[in-house]
Amino acid sequence: MLSQDNTSQGAARSPAIDLRKINKSFGPVKANKDVDLIVAKGSIHGIIGENGAGKSTLMSILYGFYEADSGEIWVNGKLTSIHSSKDAITTGIGMVHQHFMLIDTFTVLENVMLGAEQSSSLKQSKKSARAELQRLSTEFGLAVDPDAMTGDLAVGLQQRVEILKALYRGAEILILDEPTGVLTPQEVQQLFDILQALRERGVSVMLITHKLQEIIAITDEVTVMRGGTMVAPRETAKTNKEELAELMVGRKVLLRVDKEPAKPQQVLLEAKNLTLLDSAGIARLDDVSLQVRAGEILGIAGVSGNGQTELLDVLSGISAVQRGSVVLNGVNIDKNNVLNAKDFRHLSLGHVAEDRHKQGMVTQFSARECAIMGFQDEPEFNGRLLMDNAAVTEHCASLMQQFDVRPNNPHLKAANFSGGNQQKLCIAREIERQPKVLLVGQPTRGVDIGAIEFIHQQIVSLRDAGNAVLVVSVELEEVMSLCDRIVVMFEGRIVGEMAAVDADAQKLGLLMGNAGGGDSDNSTTGVVS
Amino acid sequence: MSDFMLIAVSTLDATIRVSTPLILCAMAGLFSERSGIVDIGLEGKMLAGAFAAAAIAAVTGSAWLGLGAAISVSICMALLHGFACITHKGNQVVSGLAINILASGLTVTLGIAWFHQGGQTPLLSGDARFFSIDLPGALAVADIPVLGTIYTQLISGHNALVYIAFMTVPVTWWLVYQTRFGLRLRAVGENPQAVDTAGISVFWLRYRAVICAGLLCGIAGAYLSIAQNASFIREMSAGKGYIALAALIFGKWRPKTALLACLLFGFLEALTVRLEGVPLPLIGEVPAQLMQATPYILTVVLLAGFIGKAIAPKSIGIPYSKER
Amino acid sequence: MSNKTLPTWIDVGVIPLINVCLAFLVSGFVILLIGESPLEAVQWMITGAFGYAEGIGYTLYYTTNFIFTGLAVAVAFHAGLFNIGGEGQAYIGGLGVGLMCMSLDSFMPWWALIPFAIAAGAAFGAAWAFIPAYLQAYRGSHVVITTIMFNFIASALMVYLLVNVLIEPGSMSPQSRVLADAAILPSMKDVFAVFGVNIANSPLNIALFLALICCVLVWLLLWHTRLGYSIRMIGFNEQAAVYSGINTRRTIVITMCISGALAAMVGINEVMGAQGRVLLDYVAGAGFTGIAVSLMGRNHPVGIIIASLLFGALYQGGAELSFEVPSITRDLVVVIQGLVILFCGALSLMIKPTIEKLFMKFFAAKERANV
Repeated sequence: MLSQDNTSQGAARSPAIDLRKINKSFGPVKANKDVDLIVAKGSIHGIIGENGAGKSTLMSILYGFYEADSGEIWVNGKLTSIHSSKDAITTGIGMVHQHFMLIDTFTVLENVMLGAEQSSSLKQSKKSARAELQRLSTEFGLAVDPDAMTGDLAVGLQQRVEILKALYRGAEILILDEPTGVLTPQEVQQLFDILQALRERGVSVMLITHKLQEIIAITDEVTVMRGGTMVAPRETAKTNKEELAELMVGRKVLLRVDKEPAKPQQVLLEAKNLTLLDSAGIARLDDVSLQVRAGEILGIAGVSGNGQTELLDVLSGISAVQRGSVVLNGVNIDKNNVLNAKDFRHLSLGHVAEDRHKQGMVTQFSARECAIMGFQDEPEFNGRLLMDNAAVTEHCASLMQQFDVRPNNPHLKAANFSGGNQQKLCIAREIERQPKVLLVGQPTRGVDIGAIEFIHQQIVSLRDAGNAVLVVSVELEEVMSLCDRIVVMFEGRIVGEMAAVDADAQKLGLLMGNAGGGDSDNSTTGVVS
Repeated sequence: MSDFMLIAVSTLDATIRVSTPLILCAMAGLFSERSGIVDIGLEGKMLAGAFAAAAIAAVTGSAWLGLGAAISVSICMALLHGFACITHKGNQVVSGLAINILASGLTVTLGIAWFHQGGQTPLLSGDARFFSIDLPGALAVADIPVLGTIYTQLISGHNALVYIAFMTVPVTWWLVYQTRFGLRLRAVGENPQAVDTAGISVFWLRYRAVICAGLLCGIAGAYLSIAQNASFIREMSAGKGYIALAALIFGKWRPKTALLACLLFGFLEALTVRLEGVPLPLIGEVPAQLMQATPYILTVVLLAGFIGKAIAPKSIGIPYSKER
Repeated sequence: MSNKTLPTWIDVGVIPLINVCLAFLVSGFVILLIGESPLEAVQWMITGAFGYAEGIGYTLYYTTNFIFTGLAVAVAFHAGLFNIGGEGQAYIGGLGVGLMCMSLDSFMPWWALIPFAIAAGAAFGAAWAFIPAYLQAYRGSHVVITTIMFNFIASALMVYLLVNVLIEPGSMSPQSRVLADAAILPSMKDVFAVFGVNIANSPLNIALFLALICCVLVWLLLWHTRLGYSIRMIGFNEQAAVYSGINTRRTIVITMCISGALAAMVGINEVMGAQGRVLLDYVAGAGFTGIAVSLMGRNHPVGIIIASLLFGALYQGGAELSFEVPSITRDLVVVIQGLVILFCGALSLMIKPTIEKLFMKFFAAKERANV
């Protein structure tokens, strides 16, 4: 009904994008249900929703990656059929993907012209592409060296190459899928400046995100998606974060975690001057020192990719200590005393991995096999020669019982559990032994609301039992509500620390962009509202 | 001195003859592998091509028709590889292996059924074979010392397929580095998703790459059975496809370096024949088997990173599917 | 993506069966192409493989080799490693068996010798797999390429040894001396004779029992030990294995060594059994057949036994066929082998969507009927 209102409003000039009753199913899962969407020409249109709300599917349909089961796509007032990315490009749609679609070993110029070469000879193509790239760079203020090797560029610049790629193909409609996840606040600001410049020149921008503040900061209109449906179109000026958040999750968000103030005691985990170089010699961790005490939850905030993953890897024994040391329960671990993940567990460390599909579990295993990961050598699961499979099954069943994992079937393949139940099983495995130190990466990534509360409660009660907890999360709200103390990481360094009660989004945001330390009124990071 | 010269020239001459199929197969592998498709089926495609060439040349009496048949059959095998690995996302190593085994069995089975000579094809003569070509002026300069000898003995006097093989190297280089097709080919081997989102069909691009591979393996096969030899003999590819693969890796997936690797491996083989039973000063007699194993040993050593680093195209061996 | 996956019996039973049938169907066309009758060929093959006692003996003798090489491929496959080097590992393994037997056969009967022979063969086979495994785990070179290279190196090495070192003095053919009679494994004929049963003579020997024992051991290893748990975890998800504190590099090396040792057991069947000596190229492609066997048997010991039996029958039946139909040779079996690898391996995913659709239709119809 609302969409009809919009249609009549925009009748004077047809909208850039008009999607009507788009449906798409994957097997029994309905990813998009009767989705309607109107994007006005020359506007920035936000699409917001939680993970799995159907945003990406919808954009993939628009960009020709998937075909809709039913529905119509109208572009600039014309009914269009888009079967492939090629069709989308011809229609004037460009897309900047969350993971950049660039060839690292190509120059910027080669990446920009790939697929849109002017001639079958490369020399000719490069010549005309260079001129066009120059023109676009000046017109939109997108300076980038055409001969730089793409893989050597900073992330923000790579994203710029992606935008140039779309413009080079004559895109009038630009889709950006979660473009800020990997950017610092400054880079975000630069991106938003670019988007505004694009809008001024008549380009329509669709911004897909799950970050409310970005919607408020940059968009003209916003549509909320939930469970595969379009919930509500709104004019950004007439809405607010609270209303959008409510629309997104379908009820009032409970971002408060019920917990007593922390009573920190002795230090159980300490990192001393940790430095970690990657294979290219770049410091992923740069002189990181921190302490986690019994009875407290330390949160690590930061834009993803600023060393949090590497820190967890070193603190859990997955990566060997290169420089500096880790002191875990009084045991010193450094490059002369290298211990692996199993040894760390024996020192009473639990570790809930950031990414359960890559690390924390094996989706092809049954739940019972996943339930002993890291503990496969424990005597209780092993006979003299063979494993005690009955004990393994029993252990899994008991974990499932205690942590309410559904369905309660140890023999079911891990892939067949929902994200929330997978995470509960991982957390159950690590918490059940009451480790003195627990590392938790992204505690609630891809987890439904009901399970989030449960998981937070479990973490808090482990703390209350006198254990130390370290939480890494890219969700600021989660860090602020769950943790007692917060440190911020930026480019592998710790750039700030504060008590959770003193923290707010602005302070943390400034630190995450490494703009902290100065006057907090100094809003280098205009995105934080 | 002139003795040494003669020995040197004849060894190098043999090197050229032995290297020819290696070069063709290495360039074939280059197209396939730069597009992200592992090709251990070079051997099988070449063998099938060799059989087709000899069979058709025997029946029609035309070497060129034989060459055409070799190319067609080899491209068909390449398309089968593509069908399995590109369309059906099968394991590329398994598919390549299947092609090798299939070629090994089919050539002999069909050969016996059709020609009744224990898997061999009838001996070819006349127009049914590619014979050596004297380059212009070869006779005239033959008496000029050194340069003349080199021109007449080494450069001139090979059959057409040898010259074609050596020409494929600059052509491959030009295609891969100087054309739109080459840019896309290199891109799809590194990041197929980027190619797809740029509006280029990954499937069609990879199919074209394996077709190029089929074409060149077919020429290599024809060289074996109707140029270098006068008939098809069972298993006549004798691991050359694998040596070519080794040379491709040794040459780090680049045309010029792969050519050098092929010449090196070819030289080793020529030397093996030359040194058979001849004791060398200081080391004594080098076992022929050691010389034969040297290309493989060198490749293993290279792959282990002891001499430089061979970095494969990033997406090699991974089937492409749109679903993420 | 879809929650309703195919039931296990379709996934591991029906689909491989259809793939094998497709391979045979195409083989039938090849026979038609050379002007013979496929049905007649099948008849001859079945008669040859199972029609008489001697034929069955040969079938099971080939089966024994294929079980060993099939298991070798399967164990490596579970760790995500594609061991194409079974051929070379079996070849070098046989050298180990031969050397041990030749040094002890003058004063030891077979039953005392066999543990030493197994140990020596396993050690040689494992050693030949160790280098590619080490290079993969610690130097990052790909095991597929290195094992291919090692097959050729093994072949060159064995030719050198047989021609120059192991050759029986005065002999013209490159093969070692024949082992002492008492050191050669008893054939099944002898075994059955003990129980008063008379069966036909064939190269089938007690190595078949060793093969079956290996199947049980591999099954226990993979699904009932910590090492097996680690192997399978590495195969599915190496990062998860590191997370679980598994030393992935060491496990990869151990897995490949086990794989090489299993392939080497071909040496027991051949060198200590059927041939009684080391000779040129005695593995005769069994290492490659192992790949077909493992793919067809879905890397499970039970599947491998079934697939080995099928290939054993093909080899023996193919011999019979080439004897009866002069225009067909045993190379036809190589064709069939290639087609099995193609359909069960490379094209294994081809028919799955169709089967899935059919199943869903059938399932939906059944649901409706139940309502």
